[in-house]
Amino acid sequence: MEFFHEPKIDWMEIKWYFISISIALILTGIISIVVHRGLVYGIDFRGGTIVNVNFSQPPKVDAIRHELDSLGLHNETIQGVEGTQGLGGGKSNAVMIGLDLKTTTSSASLDAGRETIIKALSGLYGNGPQGKTDFNNASPQTVAEQLLADDPLGMSIKGLDTATKTYQDIAGAVVNFRNAPAQGGLLEDFNSLRGVQGVTPAIISALEKDFYLSSYAVTNTKVVGPKVGSDLRRQALYVTLAGLGAMLIYIWFRFELIYGVAAVVATFHDVIITLGFFSLLNKEISLTVIAALLTLVGYSMNDTIVVFDRIRENVQATKRANFPKLVDHSINQTLSRTILTSGLTFLAVMSLFLFGGEVIHGFAFALVVGVIVGTYSSIFIASPIVVYFNQRLAREGMSSRVKAA
Amino acid sequence: MDTKIRGRAIVILVVVLGCILGITGFPKNVQELKDNLHNRIHLGLDLRGGMNLILQVQVEDAVNITCDEALDRLQEEMKAKSIPFADVEPDNDKTSSPPVHRILVKGVPQDRVGDLQSMVSDLFSDWDLVRVPGDESSRLLILKTSSAIMLRNQALEQSMDTIRRRVDALGVTEPTIAEYGQGDYELVVQLPGVDDPSRVKDIMQRTALLELKLVKDGPYSSREAALAEHGGVLPPDSELVSGSENGKDSWYVLNRVAAVTGRDLTGADPSHDSSGQPSVQFTLNRDGAERFGRVTGANIGKYLAIVLDNRVVEAPVIHGQINESGVIEGGNFTPESAQDLALVLKSGALPASINFLSEETVGPSLGADSIRHGVVASIVGLLAVMGFMLVYYRGAGINADVALALNLLILIAMMAWIEGVLTLPGIAGVILTVGMGVDSNVLIFERIREELRLGKAVGAAVAVGFEQAFRTIIDTHVTTVASAAILFAFGTGPIKGFAVTLTIGLVANLFTSVFVSRVIFDYVLSRREKGAALSI
Repeated sequence: MEFFHEPKIDWMEIKWYFISISIALILTGIISIVVHRGLVYGIDFRGGTIVNVNFSQPPKVDAIRHELDSLGLHNETIQGVEGTQGLGGGKSNAVMIGLDLKTTTSSASLDAGRETIIKALSGLYGNGPQGKTDFNNASPQTVAEQLLADDPLGMSIKGLDTATKTYQDIAGAVVNFRNAPAQGGLLEDFNSLRGVQGVTPAIISALEKDFYLSSYAVTNTKVVGPKVGSDLRRQALYVTLAGLGAMLIYIWFRFELIYGVAAVVATFHDVIITLGFFSLLNKEISLTVIAALLTLVGYSMNDTIVVFDRIRENVQATKRANFPKLVDHSINQTLSRTILTSGLTFLAVMSLFLFGGEVIHGFAFALVVGVIVGTYSSIFIASPIVVYFNQRLAREGMSSRVKAA
Repeated sequence: MDTKIRGRAIVILVVVLGCILGITGFPKNVQELKDNLHNRIHLGLDLRGGMNLILQVQVEDAVNITCDEALDRLQEEMKAKSIPFADVEPDNDKTSSPPVHRILVKGVPQDRVGDLQSMVSDLFSDWDLVRVPGDESSRLLILKTSSAIMLRNQALEQSMDTIRRRVDALGVTEPTIAEYGQGDYELVVQLPGVDDPSRVKDIMQRTALLELKLVKDGPYSSREAALAEHGGVLPPDSELVSGSENGKDSWYVLNRVAAVTGRDLTGADPSHDSSGQPSVQFTLNRDGAERFGRVTGANIGKYLAIVLDNRVVEAPVIHGQINESGVIEGGNFTPESAQDLALVLKSGALPASINFLSEETVGPSLGADSIRHGVVASIVGLLAVMGFMLVYYRGAGINADVALALNLLILIAMMAWIEGVLTLPGIAGVILTVGMGVDSNVLIFERIREELRLGKAVGAAVAVGFEQAFRTIIDTHVTTVASAAILFAFGTGPIKGFAVTLTIGLVANLFTSVFVSRVIFDYVLSRREKGAALSI
């Protein structure tokens, strides 16, 4: 099977159309960032508190807001989380309650915000019967300890170690069952545990004795202090710049300085455009998005080097060729590879974007945008820079030749 | 198969077997296989659920304690050497960062400055003695920078040890406690499966400095009342410590020197006092027991204060000589708080206080959720890519798919071997690896097709294709690994996780897409009938 048979496209003739698109995209992005007063940073970088909660019924958002107000917490954001159960199809009554740092630092303790939110939830959705623990917010450890204390299977005669192991296994199994897509972290009836490995009626009645089932589950909490947030932001920036620097030096060493500069400019262009899209769509820059940007840097660089490598090879083979034509030819020669690789990578990140779930949604989005601009920038940004520099050198009467590798 | 191909095939087989056994071990049954997989593939907290804490050790605390001790000792030594002085006071320069610790000695006669100088160089080797401009009778002791750094590092290490002991005592499996960031004395603590942040943080944060001190007088209802009893100034060998008596604040004048401290403990256990209330029982080491016996024996009928973190928990009367064990009671303990106190006492005191900078709790269901989605999405993506390679390159597509699968196998085995932790950013690294792995194969195959179009013979086309593509592959891989190395060296946590999987993946990819794929090609070529076309 074959899609292309070495097309003959004069890329350098049409470069300006594409460069204008790039400039337009970059400007739009920058304007959007300015209008939005900077990028929307996730809690990892901004600092603050986030509590994710899953409800068995559609949550009473107004009631939660009111309860938080009465406990002295204001300016919280409560938003529904889309597609948490994506593939499972089950319940999706998840909300994310966020608090900005401003509200939380007023208290000396970092996690006062988190504790207040949890207090508000248990106030609203009931504390359960006296002396019972909430099963839906219990860890396997808690369940195992409770079971060990009750010993519904009469394991104590077999020694503590055997008993501990048995109950740990059972606790692990029931908690896994609770967390499976069908339940979504919220069990509604202990009897549905029948059929889970190791669960007997004795176990179920022991659980019923010690635990109750609340209608919500706190799935995730995060509290980030101001120092960690700003440290991380600075570090992500500096480390990425240092990484680009290392790439530039290697390319300089293997090709010529201008190739390194062109590759870095193209990569930078990709990152800026991707960030612009994040700003336009008001998406948060979270830690996983940073990981995606690093991936994008690697991908874009890879793509650019493949084209450069072919240019270098052709320069060595045909010394006095017209340089723009030579670049066109090199791009055409590698075009089938470029389209194939980009297409396949796009396929993979699209699958992440569609099926990857809420946690990696931002990550996948950055890569979907990144793969497109990363491919395009090798042809329309990196290559024209090399051509431009080469022609200038030629005009200045110096012969420009790529050093033999 | 000729010997050259056979030799290389054996290398590949050994690598494959090594990797598989590295991941699975030698299981005897299915359960053991599951256990081995579970133990060797380390998932990060974002994937398996648990607590992630970043905390800062206030190392300056430890330096301050040392300086306070030096201040006391300086006064004593000067008295012992009868060097007259008007005053000795701390004079720290807090404006600089990190702060410079200084002690100001005032009113030393000119003819005794030399004695002071030699005393400092003999006994206070961590300090420099300098003149004070404009005041000939005063001198400044400045803590040497190197000594301050040493003290800070010691405090960090001791804190790490103490926290590790406490976390171990909590029964957390596979905790991680490591330095974090770049020299700000920060630690990252990861506790898989823990979901009670308040209790864990409380236990980690407790200084747990236990001191048993003789009560000189008290309790008084206020600090002022206590001072008034002593004419406004306490004797130098005593100190004022607060506590609570029946719910009200009370103040005790205590002996400054402790009879025994937490350092003399060999054990601490929760127990019950005579009225059935929870209490904590402790035992002392031989040295401590001897001192404690001497002090209690000589002070029968007096009161002994049990001071925890500079607060009097209780001050019982000494009924008789106590040697190796004692009980802390009256602290309004619940069974759990008694257990926690015993735990922190056993694990030793923290040399410095700690601040929490960030905390994250990933509930097991969110972790499970992200694993499920991530795995499904990756498999769907991977299968789509592999399927396409088969359709597009037919026979050669098998090479590519084998190379890709082997690449992932090596990656997982290496991660298991170096005990690397797989996190979400780490999976990003895997994705880039897969992308570049596919790209390497595409580069090679497209080049071979190109050479075939130019009319080269099949064998020559394969050879040239690999040779030319190899140059490109080396350039792309080295560039990416170079930047990954930077990320690894200077990044923390998530950024490092990305760099690790990426680097391993790319090195593995050089092996699979260049070496393994080539061997398969050569094998196919050697079996091919002369003149037959290559399936690519």
